[in-house]
Amino acid sequence: MLQIKNLHASVEDKEILKGINLEVKAGEVHAIMGPNGAGKSTLSSIIAGNENYNVTAGEIILEGEDISELAPEERAHKGVFLSFQYPVEIPGVSVTNFMKTAINESRKARGQEDMPANEMLKLIREKSELLEIDRKFLSRSLNEGFSGGEKKRNEIFQMAMLEPKLAILDETDSGLDIDALRIVANGVNKLKNETNAVLVITHYQRLLDYIVPDFVHVLMDGKIVKSGDASLALELEEKGYDWIKNELVESQKS
Amino acid sequence: MELKEKILSSFMAFEEKITDVNNPLHDIRTLAIKNFENKGFPTRKEEAWKYTSLNAILKNDFSVFAKKDNAVDFADVKKYFLNEVDTYKLVFVDGIFSSHLSSTTHDGLDVCLMSSALNKPKYKMYIDEYFNKIANLEDSLTSLNTAFSQEGAYINIPKSKVVDKPIEILFFSTGSEAALMTQPRNLIIVGENAHVQIVERHQSLNSNPVLTNSVTEIFSQKYANVDYYKIQNDLQTANLIDNTYIAQKQDSHVSVHTFSFGGNITRNNLNFYHQGEHIDSTLKGITIIGDKQHVDHYTLVQHASPNCESHQNYKTILDGSATGVFNGKIFVEKEAQKTDAFQQNNNILLSDKATINAKPQLEIFADDVKCSHGCTIGQLDESAMFYMQQRGIGKKEAKALLMYAFTSEVTNSVKIPELRSKIARIIADKLGVNMGFDL
Repeated sequence: MLQIKNLHASVEDKEILKGINLEVKAGEVHAIMGPNGAGKSTLSSIIAGNENYNVTAGEIILEGEDISELAPEERAHKGVFLSFQYPVEIPGVSVTNFMKTAINESRKARGQEDMPANEMLKLIREKSELLEIDRKFLSRSLNEGFSGGEKKRNEIFQMAMLEPKLAILDETDSGLDIDALRIVANGVNKLKNETNAVLVITHYQRLLDYIVPDFVHVLMDGKIVKSGDASLALELEEKGYDWIKNELVESQKS
Repeated sequence: MELKEKILSSFMAFEEKITDVNNPLHDIRTLAIKNFENKGFPTRKEEAWKYTSLNAILKNDFSVFAKKDNAVDFADVKKYFLNEVDTYKLVFVDGIFSSHLSSTTHDGLDVCLMSSALNKPKYKMYIDEYFNKIANLEDSLTSLNTAFSQEGAYINIPKSKVVDKPIEILFFSTGSEAALMTQPRNLIIVGENAHVQIVERHQSLNSNPVLTNSVTEIFSQKYANVDYYKIQNDLQTANLIDNTYIAQKQDSHVSVHTFSFGGNITRNNLNFYHQGEHIDSTLKGITIIGDKQHVDHYTLVQHASPNCESHQNYKTILDGSATGVFNGKIFVEKEAQKTDAFQQNNNILLSDKATINAKPQLEIFADDVKCSHGCTIGQLDESAMFYMQQRGIGKKEAKALLMYAFTSEVTNSVKIPELRSKIARIIADKLGVNMGFDL
């Protein structure tokens, strides 16, 4: 599904990613954990195509095609979805109208007709029920005045609507209370299947109790320094990140 | 001959033709032309015209009157009307009333012609009481209009009348003159507790230069409710100086929305005068222009009585080498305690060559008031662009959505749904997108 090869990236001449290698296969859930400032959010932004970062070396391959030169909307059309850590407020544009535009833009890019209105309504009903979202909520301006939890739930609602191949969840657990966390995780799990993949970016292990990863990677100072299975997340939760730092220092000495 | 000289010499002939010297209008016009003669066209040396120069357009050899009646087919101008809703219509072609395009009434209210109102005895008492009474007699362009005032809309809504459909006032320029200057004059009297919605539009039909110097006086009696919408989406060769004067009595609500999407030079002088307590005034505008277009909003709210409110909200998006001006003056007199005056002006510059001059001006002589103003100048929010692009929305559409979002506080308060849709379509058209829904 996704292959990242020797990815280097910088912002304003400051190198943030220093050679990332990662392979995510269809049907898998990968978690990327790491301390603040390690480059986790940068990685997710770069996969999605944020033009504020310069990719200085390496490749991002989605289903065999290098997407690292594509515009963000072209990547979205190919099935990349990023659930934002801080979703942006768009006053004057309702959730429903925003979703209609997004879905039909993707369809247009794939050479399909606009989705018929009744089909759209049915999809909206189905997916809003999945995320336990009140219908009234959908006519409100996108993210405007939403609570932190509502914003995140709305992100996963959009993910459900767009049915991406690769979903990147950037700190989706931050700002969520336990009920909202359960709803969001439940939504993600229901959307998960053998043909798509999920990349969970998180600082804490909590979300991984609900969305159980097949692989856990530790990102530190722009590099993946350790990989393991779900138990690695528990270990990190218990011991923090310092022990990995120490391990690294030790291994560099020897 | 310079335009000013041409105007002055035309005045004599104009007066002889239409007014007898015993008519009080004769004195009003004579005084007005004298004021114009003394002051001439405003120049950038005047503080109020610092950012808007008329020099280039005044070089055109404007005709002061259309030489003949020019007919226009409805089919050719249909798109400029609000077609989805029934309306009263007052339509003028090159300054002359077009009866076949209009739909007037005298049934329980007057929606008719200024020329009739000025000349027929049955309107005399209204003309004596209201005509040229709130217009600024010192202003040279207003005086120029007054001197030649002859045609335009005359609307008189009696007490407690809720007008059943919107009134459209349209001024078309056919371009059959090489260059034409017109002086539309509107008088609108809204009786106690009456309600009315009015849409005004000036439109050139070809690219011969036009200079429209319009004056509108609106009198809102107590408890009246007036919603006035101005659509300015004219051709690159059209110039508009709009002088609107509004007098409000106690407990009246008046809103003016100005949508400036086109034209060469557009100057909106919008003046509100309060004459009673608990008045509510709303001034809102959206300006979206590019190329070398220029739009200048010059607003005044004169708070003269206690317990009144005014709300101003102007949004501007400038592309190309366009220039925008917002000069918003709030004047709070000593008697106007408990005034609540709010002014907001947000501007987005899409290009390095676009310029905005924003100047809030608050003069407050009362000591117990709430006055606030905010002004921002910025670019489109990049993080919002990325967010929308990430959802698959192309750059152009994302930009359009952001602009809709930016202007939504103004479009949302348009009370005629068909007009709101029309504005949304004009915006979409300007931005070259089709969103598939009205915002």
